[in-house]
This record gives sequence, structure tokens and C-alpha cells, in this order.
Amino acid sequence: MANFLEQTVNGLVNGGFYAMLALGLAVIFGMLKVVNFAHGAFYMLGAFGAYLCLRELGLSFWWALPLVPVVLGVLGMGLERAVIHRLTRLDPLYNFLLTFGLTLILQDLVKWRYGVSANPYEVPAALRGTLRAGSFEFPAYRVFVFGFAVLACAAVWWLLTRTRIGMVVRAATERPELTGALGIDVARWTTPVFGFGVALAGLAGVLAAPMQAVNPLMGADLIIVVFAVVVIGGLGSILGSVATGFGVGIAVAWAQAYAPPVVAQVLVFVVMAAVLLWRPAGLFGREETPA
Amino acid sequence: MRKSLRFLPLAAGLVVVAVLPRVLYPPVALDIVCWALFAVAVDLLLGYTGLLSFGHAAFWGTSAYTAGLVAEHTGAPFPLAVLAGAAAAAVLAVPVGYLSVRRTGIYFAMVTLAFAQLMYVVANQWRGLTGGENGLQDVPRTLFGTHPFGTDLSDPYYFYYWMLPLALLGFLAAWRIVHSPFGRVLVAIRDNPARARALGYPVHRYKLVAFVLSAALAGLAGGLFAMSHQFVTLDTLHWTTSGQAVVMVVLGGIGTLWGAPVAAAILVRLQDILSLAHFEEVGLLTGGVFVVVVLLFRRGIWGTVAALLRRWRIG
Repeated sequence: MANFLEQTVNGLVNGGFYAMLALGLAVIFGMLKVVNFAHGAFYMLGAFGAYLCLRELGLSFWWALPLVPVVLGVLGMGLERAVIHRLTRLDPLYNFLLTFGLTLILQDLVKWRYGVSANPYEVPAALRGTLRAGSFEFPAYRVFVFGFAVLACAAVWWLLTRTRIGMVVRAATERPELTGALGIDVARWTTPVFGFGVALAGLAGVLAAPMQAVNPLMGADLIIVVFAVVVIGGLGSILGSVATGFGVGIAVAWAQAYAPPVVAQVLVFVVMAAVLLWRPAGLFGREETPA
Repeated sequence: MRKSLRFLPLAAGLVVVAVLPRVLYPPVALDIVCWALFAVAVDLLLGYTGLLSFGHAAFWGTSAYTAGLVAEHTGAPFPLAVLAGAAAAAVLAVPVGYLSVRRTGIYFAMVTLAFAQLMYVVANQWRGLTGGENGLQDVPRTLFGTHPFGTDLSDPYYFYYWMLPLALLGFLAAWRIVHSPFGRVLVAIRDNPARARALGYPVHRYKLVAFVLSAALAGLAGGLFAMSHQFVTLDTLHWTTSGQAVVMVVLGGIGTLWGAPVAAAILVRLQDILSLAHFEEVGLLTGGVFVVVVLLFRRGIWGTVAALLRRWRIG
């Protein structure tokens, strides 16, 4: 039972990362119709940013937590302006290819400058201990990450459903032309939305730094899993990406505890195949208009 | 183009492949041919069916492992091992394709990517068979023994000419598929799937057949690649490998068939130069080519050349 609870908490923590990354992808996709392959690279840059903040500037985790996502968000906005924007009128595949190219460049730039070896990053002092709940003990940092991820997802949900900005973004996602006809400059919103999605990936990266060895390839394989999560949930569905993110996290953790190791690693892809058979649009997605 | 000119690229291409290992370091020539065939397989789907597969490493890698294992365990001559690999890739493509063609566009790219990652994970876990991170080492390369007709098969120079017929067979198959009635239907589906369906063509089934054919060709290339290197690593299944094939197609010109081999030759050669200079961050080159081509040069090399030729002829 203790093991089961522990695994569930681990699953929720990993699920938090999937959810934050999938959420960023979904927000960007909704507004720009761009599947951002570079999302994993931005996550890696987030972790590297936290590591460099400490090593080069002596800034602690608590400084990096707000600072790095903001810097990455600005970088993302610059990228959107400079390149992604130019391709939004074309087939979305071109932007997929472009962001794939950006991924390779970002990864290898970091590799070139800092090498492939893993860089340890310490858990902040305040979160080093364990939390007790009855007879169970959880590492405080993991509980913090889970709480933070839930908070971040809730904040995005609040932003999208309860504020005027969110209303504009949702309207532009659903019917860009009609929104424009109502006097809202839709094109002006794509840059901040892209930056916001990138910042979310960067935030996930900073949170991941103390849990993983910081290295240039840490986002490379994660992004594929997040793609599978997004296909399962239904791309463009905000709720779907968050729910599937946490669900996949828990399922993988349980599989890790109670099944041979290969099961945990292939689980997400097998679920994806099953969803494609049963509901090709994803669990929370709507049917595409038939091509 | 005038009829006599139409055979110019073919003649030029044949001359180039015939002299390639004399001009270049033979292992590089081998890599060029393998990657060219792989890229043509991807172009068959992207350029002629309108499906961007970002997971063709699954077929390239599965075939490489199959060919390697067959050669290692049965001592079969290399063409048989390669064909076994291609067959394995085609078999794998049936379920993967069946599921993937249910989605189109960007979703198709993501789904194929995920399936390729599944194969990567399985190969990494199944150490007893694949050797895990060590891969398969010392894959034997035989054909009527190790010295067919007095040539040394372990020498890449001679091996190049022994594997070339198989590779050319692959190119010929791609050319035949594109120029067959079946290929015309694929193009119709690419341009307007709704109309193709209305005309009574089972669109999903056509896409699936195209997918399996493309996977078999990618498998043929992967098997030849395994035999050329005489080892197989996990890299053959990684998504960067899929991306590498896609960048060759895009640089060469989507839907041109001829462009992909030209781009493959350029990229493989450039990567060889970089690795000789001990520069290991090849992603900067591949990624940079992706960004530049997609932003400025979407017709690719062959598409640009063809457009220039047309313009000169007309006016």
C-alpha cells in the first residue's frame, strides 16, 4: 500500500510535466495551428537556464523559477516574429519541419558549448526533506512540483476561461476570420501566445532541473511521449491535454511498479494505438472535418 | 522537355553511381546510395501521397536489425539478409500504416513519430536480441563466400558494386510506382482526397499500400546500410534518423524523386567533411538546412532546377 501511494505520487509528478508540456503545445496549436516540435528543446533550455543561473550568476532556484520562463518566453516571441510567423499561411507541415530544424540547432548549440555530460542541480534547501502524511513519507520537492504543476494548469485554465484575454484567444482559436471581423486583430495575439507556450515549457524545465541530470538531450525523447499524450487527448483540447498528461503519468508509474520494465516504456504508445483505433480524434478531441 | 532530354537525368545518374566510389571514399559512396534510397522512399509518401512520415526510421532500423541478425545467425548471403530485412519492414508497416492513415497532415507525422519511438524503446529493452546500446557488432558480409569472383567483399569498394544492383532495383521500383496508374491515383488522393473518394477509390487502402511499399523501400535501404557498415546501432531507429531522411527530401525537392538522391549526396558528403574536422554537432548543419530550405527554398534543389529549365524553354 505504501509502495502504491508512493508510485501514484511519482506518477502525478511525471504527469505534471506531461500536462504542462502538452498544455503549452495545445495552446500554441489552437492559436497558430503550429505543432511546435521545439517544445522539448525549450524544456531542456529551461533546465539549462536554471543550471546556468546558478553557475554563472549565482542565482538560486527561486530566482530561476520566474526568471528563466520569462526570458524563454521573450526568446519564443522573437522566434515567432522572425520565422514561424512567415509560414503560418502555408501548410502546417512547414512549421513542423521548421521547428524540427530549430530543435536540432538548439540541442546541438547547447551540446557544442557545454558538452553532453549531465550536470547535477541540487534541490533547493527549503524543499530537501520529506513530508509525512500518517505513516507515509514523500520527498518534499516532488510534492512541491506536483502542486506547482496543478497550480500552473489551473492558472492557464483560469486565464483562458475567465479573462478577456482568454476570451479573445478562444474566439481566435475557434473562428479566426469571424473574430477578425469583430474588430480584433488576431495576428497581434499569435506572438504572445507562442511566447506563453514556450514559457510554460521553460517552467517545466526549471522544475525538472533538480530531479534530473541537466543535459542537452533531456527534452529529445520526452517530446515524443508528449506528442503521444497529445494524440491520445486530442490536439488542441486544453482539458484533454492536462487530463491525459496526468493520466499517462500515473499509468506509467503503476506499470513501472508492477510490470516488466518494457511495459512502462511502451505503454503510452500502445494506448495511443488503441485510441487511434477506437476514437481517431482523441479522447477529448472533436472529429476533424473530413479531408 | 524534349524526348531526348528526358533520358538525360537517367544517363547522368547512372554514370554518377558507376563512378561514385572512385571519386569519393568508398564508405561515403555506400552511405550516399543507402540514404538516397531511404529518402526516395520517404518522398514516395510525402511527395506522391501527401503523407509526411516522421517515423520511417522504424522501417530503416527494423530492416537493419533483421538483416544483421539473419546474416549473423544463418550466414545467409547478404542480398538474402537485406531482402529479409525489407520484408520485415513491410510486415511491420501493415499495422503501423493501418493505424496511421486514419489521421492526415500534422497528426500523421506525430503518430508515425510515436510508433518509431515505440520501436526504438523495444529495441533498447530487448538486449538479448539487439545488443541494446552496444548494437550488433561484426555482421558478416558474404556472397558465394567472402571473395566472389576474386573480389574482396570486405573491401567497401568492391562491396559497393555488389550492392548497387539491389539499390538500383529499389530506385527502379520507386520510379515504376510513381509512373503507374496506381501512382496516379496516389497523386489524385494527395491533391484532393474527397474527390478521389467520390470517384470510388478506397482512399485509406491506397494510402496503406503506399505506406507499405514506401516502408519496404526504406527497409531495403536500411538493410543495405547495415551490410555496408557491418554493424547496427540504436541510432538507426531514432527519430533524428527519420528527420534526416525528411530533410533530404525537402532539400532535394518534395515530389521530384530525383531531388532526394542529390540532396542525400550533398548532405552525406558535408557530414563526412564535418566529421573529418572532428565537428560532432551535425545537428547544426541538418537543422540549419531545414530552417533555410523551409523558409526560403521550399521547391528544393530539383524543383528549382526544373522551374528554371521550364522558364528558359518557354521564354
